[in-house]
Amino acid sequence: MVLFYLFGTVAVVASLLVVLQRNPMHSVLLLIVSFVALAGLYILLDSPFAAVIQIIIYAGAIMVLFLFVVMLLNAHKEDDPPAGSLTAGGPLRIGAVLAVVLTAELIWALVRAEGTRDGLLAGGAGADPGTLGSVRELGRVLFTDYAFAFEVTSILIIVAMVGAVVLAKREL
Amino acid sequence: MVPLEHYLTLSAILFATGTMGVFLRRNVITVLLSIEVMLNAVNVAFIAFGRALGSADGQVIMFFVVTVAAAEAAVGLAIVIALFRHRETLNPDVFTSLKW
Repeated sequence: MVLFYLFGTVAVVASLLVVLQRNPMHSVLLLIVSFVALAGLYILLDSPFAAVIQIIIYAGAIMVLFLFVVMLLNAHKEDDPPAGSLTAGGPLRIGAVLAVVLTAELIWALVRAEGTRDGLLAGGAGADPGTLGSVRELGRVLFTDYAFAFEVTSILIIVAMVGAVVLAKREL
Repeated sequence: MVPLEHYLTLSAILFATGTMGVFLRRNVITVLLSIEVMLNAVNVAFIAFGRALGSADGQVIMFFVVTVAAAEAAVGLAIVIALFRHRETLNPDVFTSLKW
């Protein structure tokens, strides 16, 4: 319980700082903090495999890719908004207000669902967590029920790889 | 045991934070980072639901989301590099024409 609030607070604060930060380099590093906190949450949810791929793939591979591009483009600071631009000043704050409205809306929807479902999903109702989080069970589901989706994913990765190479070539 | 609703609330807050980032930032790289925050918020919801319903499906879908995020990051950053080469800026307001 305490750990949930600890990890949750760290994740939310780090994500907020990612968004409110002007330096992309700091944003990337703070996002890694947020990802590590989320990995802790996954462990609390009896999903160690998810926690491990969160750390290795997300915090490791994807964020290194982002860091590499930030350093390559030497983008240490955001440009100042041109005068009269759509994103200068006032309209920008409307976006922030809309985000707060979205949060309120989502939480309101959750509160309503809580009433109708009367605690059916109140945590840990299902199978015993030992088999649920095991890599063996996960692999069985992944390669039987989700075999087609798994193969399609491999095609997606090949397409993304070729696409990235083509896009980043000298002559577009 | 933390009730499912708390995880879903956390997920909602993270998702809204990511949305705010997409609107607020004037840097293509930070916009992509905000999208990653949103994808992670969805992952939290998937894993919490999978745990609450006692099925491994939540984790499997989280695995697919991570794969798609990796592909998206690779292609997105390649596009960012290509754009930077032509315009020497990362401000999305500058990229208004489809052809140059």
